[in-house]
Amino acid sequence: MGGRTLYDKLWDAHLVAEREDGSALLYIDRHLLHEVTSPQAFEGLRLAGRSPWRIDANLATPDHNVPTTDRAAGIEGITDPISRIQVETLDANCDEFGILEFRMRDPRQGIVHVVGPEQGATLPGMTVVCGDSHTSTHGAFAALAHGIGTSEVEHVLATQCLTAKKAKNFRVWVDGTLGEGVTAKDLALAIIGAMGTAGGTGYTLEYAGPAIQALSMEGRMTLCNMAIEAGARAGLVAFDEVTAAYVEGRPYAPAGALWDRALEAWSDLVSDPDATFDRELVLDASVLEPQVSWGTSPEMVAPITGQIPDPAQCDDPVRAESWAGALRYMDLAAGQALTSIALDRVFIGSCTNSRIEDLRSAAAVARGRKVASTIKQALVVPGSGLVKRQAEEEGLDEIFRAAGFEWRDPGCSMCLAMNADRLGPGEHCASTSNRNFEGRQGHGGRTHLVSPAMAAAAAIAGHFTDVRALLSEQGEQA
Amino acid sequence: MKAFRSVSGVVAPLDRAHVDTDQIIPKQFLKSIRRSGFGPNLFDGWRYLDEGSPEKTENERQINPDFVLNKARYQDAKVLLARENFGCGSSREHAVWALEEFGLRCVIAPSFADIFYNNCFKNGVLPVALPAEAVDALFAAADPGPLTLTVDLEAQEVRTEAATYGFEIDPHRRHCLLEGLDDIGLSLQYAEQIREYERQRRSEAPWLFDALR
Ligand code: SF4
Repeated sequence: MGGRTLYDKLWDAHLVAEREDGSALLYIDRHLLHEVTSPQAFEGLRLAGRSPWRIDANLATPDHNVPTTDRAAGIEGITDPISRIQVETLDANCDEFGILEFRMRDPRQGIVHVVGPEQGATLPGMTVVCGDSHTSTHGAFAALAHGIGTSEVEHVLATQCLTAKKAKNFRVWVDGTLGEGVTAKDLALAIIGAMGTAGGTGYTLEYAGPAIQALSMEGRMTLCNMAIEAGARAGLVAFDEVTAAYVEGRPYAPAGALWDRALEAWSDLVSDPDATFDRELVLDASVLEPQVSWGTSPEMVAPITGQIPDPAQCDDPVRAESWAGALRYMDLAAGQALTSIALDRVFIGSCTNSRIEDLRSAAAVARGRKVASTIKQALVVPGSGLVKRQAEEEGLDEIFRAAGFEWRDPGCSMCLAMNADRLGPGEHCASTSNRNFEGRQGHGGRTHLVSPAMAAAAAIAGHFTDVRALLSEQGEQA
Repeated sequence: MKAFRSVSGVVAPLDRAHVDTDQIIPKQFLKSIRRSGFGPNLFDGWRYLDEGSPEKTENERQINPDFVLNKARYQDAKVLLARENFGCGSSREHAVWALEEFGLRCVIAPSFADIFYNNCFKNGVLPVALPAEAVDALFAAADPGPLTLTVDLEAQEVRTEAATYGFEIDPHRRHCLLEGLDDIGLSLQYAEQIREYERQRRSEAPWLFDALR
């Protein structure tokens, strides 16, 4: 038998039963819950008279609907009555079933994909699911993590298992070193640009190679977070010292003798050297430039030094039509330089880029500069209450405020605009989130996906600009 | 779960690739804690000219006459036809609830995004992946159309007057959908194996248990 990939190992370790028809029951170690995709699942449980299989596998926090201002008021501070009911329903369900929940006034509250890792609730070797497609984030810990629908949320609550079919193995190998001002987000966007948004459908991605090993856990999470944008339900990075160093000492991580045992078990969470992958993509990080999305799909990206491509030059007719439609929606023209795109709003946040490292990198650009007067609003929304606290201890909030950014409370915020933070029709936004779909950030809004450093640079310039120039300017002054 | 054996009806051609679930049901409608009420807001951003909100009723809305589902000949469509990677993006099952409630019991496309594909089966909606050429032929026949076809899960066929297209489907999913089986009930038949797995796992990796209290 040939070697096994990391995904093969995780799959094998969680297999409870295989049916004759090829479907399998996969055991789920960790189930994360938020207010949007869980109410109908709890209701389903109640209607069927079932109870959760294993309470201690679940962790909940409200994130999508919560306001990012006025949090001292707690739930009362949610002015939209329907949003409020959803958050109240999560609280009530967690009370009823005894599920651990970080509520709105808890400093540990935040975006579920930031909170899990931060608390050590996400551990290497686990299976992690959540009724949210960006659950792929947790794959950064060599955990098999993916999003599920609400019926599956109910299924996991009731059985601690998922009915699953094994995916194929896809390795994304990244050589070289990322240049100054080029981040994991740029890499994520470039990979999606190369693979297409359906390129990973039916596969589990493993990101590997020297450039991946060199990434921090925050960077790896950013990368895995967007695996779903390449069509893959799950993305993975092998376990190494970087993973161990991040996990050690977290509240729910094993400690003492258990920690040593866990470390030993986790050391096998790598693909065997002779493992084979069904597909492979190889990239060179050294030539990568900061990326900007120009269209309405995350695969519509280009380097900041580039132009918007011309649909007329695209030989695939369906694709050409998608490009043309995107340009109409975005009100942009083929051949236009990306640096010529003027912005109305800037959003730094979301489960892709709201961790401490992201905020530091944006603050490094914002330090001593001012948001352009043409920008209506520049928001910084930390991923959790603890990220917020740490950033404040480091004085990042002061840097942002002095530059003219708004410093907010944690939540999904303008990533999908279910709360009050949103774009107006026609507005262009430099956003560190993960989806630039039509209307995602508000009806008629136009989203451009970028890294935190590029978003901060765009806020300062009022239009997209190459953050590397700002950084080297800084270098000269220092 | 709702069963699906076969469905016959008009097919509505939505000539777009990468239709994401944010388009199928925009976020402002995800605030409901119920499983129903999503049909009127299916494809809200495309179907109406004004911005939708959960408070607005259907007759307060401005219909977009150019959108396929608003055209007279596609009224009562039971099947939706689209291009590759249908249902990409967010995991929201509300997207399938909206399709089903609107009356669309089947989506035909060259390919689907994984999570959406899974969610369909939980709600009696059949996603049928056909080769791109077959989808091209159906688009040509459905527009201006109207084209009536039959999707037969038992026979694994899509039939029009002019042609028959076979399709592949996972046997487990096919069986569950044909019988309208309760997934959870099926899995709970393995309760003993699940417990045994847990015993084993607890002894190998005790840190995976009892931490979140
Ligand atoms: S931040 Fe955005 S992508 Fe992430 S969980 Fe929240 S809404 Fe989803």
